[in-house]
Amino acid sequence: MPEPVASQQALAAQKGARINDFVVKFANVNGSGSASANGMFARSVMRMGVPVAARNIFPSNIQGLPTWYEVRITEAGHLGRRGGVDLMVAMNPQTWDRDVAEIEPGGFLFYDSTKPIPPSRFRDDITVVGVPLTAMCNEAYELPRERQLFKNIIYVGALAGLLGIEAEAVESLIRDDFAGKDRLIKANIEALHMGLSYVQKQLAPLPLQVRRADGVGDRIYVEGNQAAALGAVYGGATVCAWYPITPSTSLAEAFTAYCQELRVDPDTGKSRYAIVQAEDEIASIGIVVGAGWNGCRAFTATSGPGVSLMTEFIGLSYFAEIPAVIFDVQRGGPSTGMPTRTQQADLLAAAYAGHGDSKHPMLLPADPGECFEMGALAFDLADRLQTTVFVMLDLDIGMNEWLTKPFQWDDSRKLDRGKVMTAEMLDAGADFGRYKEVDGDGIPYRTYPGTHPTKGGYFTRGTSRNPYARYSEEGAVYVDNMERLLRKFETAKSLAPAPILRRAKGQTRDGVIYFGSTTPAMDEALEMLEAQGRRLDALRIRAFPFADEVMSFIESHDRVFLVEQNRDAQLRTLLMTEGDVDPAKLVSVLHYDGTPITARFIAGAIASRMAVGQIEAAE
Amino acid sequence: MTYILKPQLHHPKLPTNGLGYTRRDYEGSVSTLCAGCGHDSISASIIQACFELELPPHRVAKLSGIGCSSKTPDYFLGNSHGFNTVHGRMPSVLTGANLANRDLIYLGVSGDGDSASIGLGQFAHAIRRGVNMLYIVENNGVYGLTKGQFSATSDRGSKSKRGVVNTDAGIDMVSLALQMGATFVARSFSGDKEQLVPLIKAGLAHKGAAFIDCISPCVQFNNHQGSTKSFDYVREHNEAVNKLDVITPRDPIHVDYRPGETVRVQQHDGSILSLHKLNDLYNPNSRAQALGYLQARQARGQIVTGLLFVDPAAGDLHDAVGTVATPLNQLGEAELVPGQAALERINASLR
Repeated sequence: MPEPVASQQALAAQKGARINDFVVKFANVNGSGSASANGMFARSVMRMGVPVAARNIFPSNIQGLPTWYEVRITEAGHLGRRGGVDLMVAMNPQTWDRDVAEIEPGGFLFYDSTKPIPPSRFRDDITVVGVPLTAMCNEAYELPRERQLFKNIIYVGALAGLLGIEAEAVESLIRDDFAGKDRLIKANIEALHMGLSYVQKQLAPLPLQVRRADGVGDRIYVEGNQAAALGAVYGGATVCAWYPITPSTSLAEAFTAYCQELRVDPDTGKSRYAIVQAEDEIASIGIVVGAGWNGCRAFTATSGPGVSLMTEFIGLSYFAEIPAVIFDVQRGGPSTGMPTRTQQADLLAAAYAGHGDSKHPMLLPADPGECFEMGALAFDLADRLQTTVFVMLDLDIGMNEWLTKPFQWDDSRKLDRGKVMTAEMLDAGADFGRYKEVDGDGIPYRTYPGTHPTKGGYFTRGTSRNPYARYSEEGAVYVDNMERLLRKFETAKSLAPAPILRRAKGQTRDGVIYFGSTTPAMDEALEMLEAQGRRLDALRIRAFPFADEVMSFIESHDRVFLVEQNRDAQLRTLLMTEGDVDPAKLVSVLHYDGTPITARFIAGAIASRMAVGQIEAAE
Repeated sequence: MTYILKPQLHHPKLPTNGLGYTRRDYEGSVSTLCAGCGHDSISASIIQACFELELPPHRVAKLSGIGCSSKTPDYFLGNSHGFNTVHGRMPSVLTGANLANRDLIYLGVSGDGDSASIGLGQFAHAIRRGVNMLYIVENNGVYGLTKGQFSATSDRGSKSKRGVVNTDAGIDMVSLALQMGATFVARSFSGDKEQLVPLIKAGLAHKGAAFIDCISPCVQFNNHQGSTKSFDYVREHNEAVNKLDVITPRDPIHVDYRPGETVRVQQHDGSILSLHKLNDLYNPNSRAQALGYLQARQARGQIVTGLLFVDPAAGDLHDAVGTVATPLNQLGEAELVPGQAALERINASLR
């Protein structure tokens, strides 16, 4: 048995050892307390200055079903999923076979070796590392719950030993997480060292090693839902009405927590916000529309099924021109679909929600940093445009912690309340027509209820009306109003975040368009393709309606790949509907099995289509 | 509908209230409902109640759903903001509006189709949250705008104009409101303005969820023999338990009734509800007794009207949520946006 420390140094020097660039996947049973231990593993790597990208792949269940946690350790900072697993921590007998099968050739399997497992259940081309976790727990602990929980910490300790994670990095996390609970700190650190010293005594470190680096910088590690909720606080939202639905629930809960911290009147202890857990999604959006009508910034957080239910109110918001913000944290559809899996499959449902002709702006954040920024911006846009604005997260961004740039706020920034006519303006003789075009941008003035004793009152309705809000079914009056709404939508283009262009190193006629949580995997895929000599200009869309640059990007390329996480190429449909583009140019790359898209998948799909194109060209 | 504008001229000697407004200042557009519709009598009662209460008309927000009753907010308080929302969803919109500005007075007007069928859930939940509002259901037991289908408040056994007998049990909105925790519950009849106007005044002055079920016969589709919501039927079966006078803090108090026959209740805004008992047994301070009484009388085919329950010390949703006194829609950057310094603390906690 070699001396452990010496062997680590030997390994680090050993040719072929993977340093700070590998994927560890934990297979667990949900409800077993594994999530916090696995999270601790990921964050301890970050405490060593090495970026990680962690993704929780969990069931719609509280206890007993399979759950996975994938941690990508990536000094290069590739925060998307790569694809493939280098080390599987197989803690769930239910999924053993598929977990073992997922390991890359030459990869590693870590398992609980308390009970013997027949050799046929392993593979010849992987290295197997067994630690008798259950036996160790049974010896050390009496209570079943303790045996369960500390088993998780013991395997974190064992992995720290095998992968070269500094014990101090994990210990400091334990001290932070359990601050003030000394007994728990002591017990967890003991469990950690139980695993660590077993490995140091009995096993050699693996050729997958974490080494201290300086790759994290000042970035923060946060869920998109939490970031979006903080954005809503900074965007001046005061009314939140919501109904619990995965994967959006933690957004409303984070808003509640942030408001309790940041929005309490220090003198009276009273709340500068109102949060209502409504009876359903319909009431949620109804409350939002009522508050928006009355001059508050209000929002709801939901997912696809909730958007379906809210559709009638979204149409009212469009036609009666009432500000509202909806955070749609997308999950796998249709119907109840895959409640705990990710997709970008609500684009069409959100963009065109409602009967009759209607369309709604959408913001498409790519990471929690943008969830914060767009979360705040959405309220300015909703007030300015007097309509529903969607912020389209998905489960991958919303419910996973991502490394992202720190939040920033310009203290001189003012909330844009849009065109609101005040009592002073009315007294000065302003002609108030609630639906009257004034400035040529399609946006009329509104008054808040209660503004003036005799002027500015009007009757809000979902029926058609003239510019002075009086009921009318005159064809010309109706058309005039609908045309104004189109002008307003055009105005939205100039207010929404512009797309971001990333040019290839050198000329190319190929382009790729993508958005949202696909972004980090796309960035890496572009590097992989570049290494193969395949060049693509890349455009990341950040909002709907599409900026003119999006159409000119398509115009100026011969072939444009559209990478989306849905089956029906919904972005492609939107582009074809909204722009005058040649559909033959648009080549879809679709990933919709509910897991976050990987760099390997994108690069593979684009490379194979480009190769086919080359063969056809040669023929 | 609103394209019919009322002439603005009126007699210079019309009486004014303490704010200098005439009754005309509380009117709206010309009604487009059928001649003789009970709903128009309710609109007239609302106008009179607001005039007598001396409410600044623009400080009332009137909200409704969809249906004949929901069109009526256009026909009163023409200088107020109104919101004709979507079918059955007025309660949620009113809840949101109320959260945004606690200083306005909220009047929700709905019908039995709007509140007892599609909107039953929202009705129940707005009540149980204690939204500070007066919620009036103009209850005619029929779908008028779509020409005569039964609504969910039609009594079992009642007959439609075409002679069809209703086989479903009717929903009693008053019992439901009591069970959901409404803190002011009344029933009245559009044909009895003397009873209705004080109830509307008391309901507007009440803090918390106030509900009035106002039976309002549909002259076109539900005023025939065999209907239990016709003028004749309601008059014959009406059993008023009390007669209400609302005394605002400004009014001199004078006693019309012998002591022992009158119960006085002071509401949150200082107004006093003077209740003259028409039934010695009836106690409007007990939710449980109210429910029992209603069910017993209903079984006998009687329609109990009057102020059925009031909790004068009730709180509202704002009390529950603990909001600041300033309306939320008047808070600005300084109160709402925590700034970069707070963000830096948050950033540090996320590393």
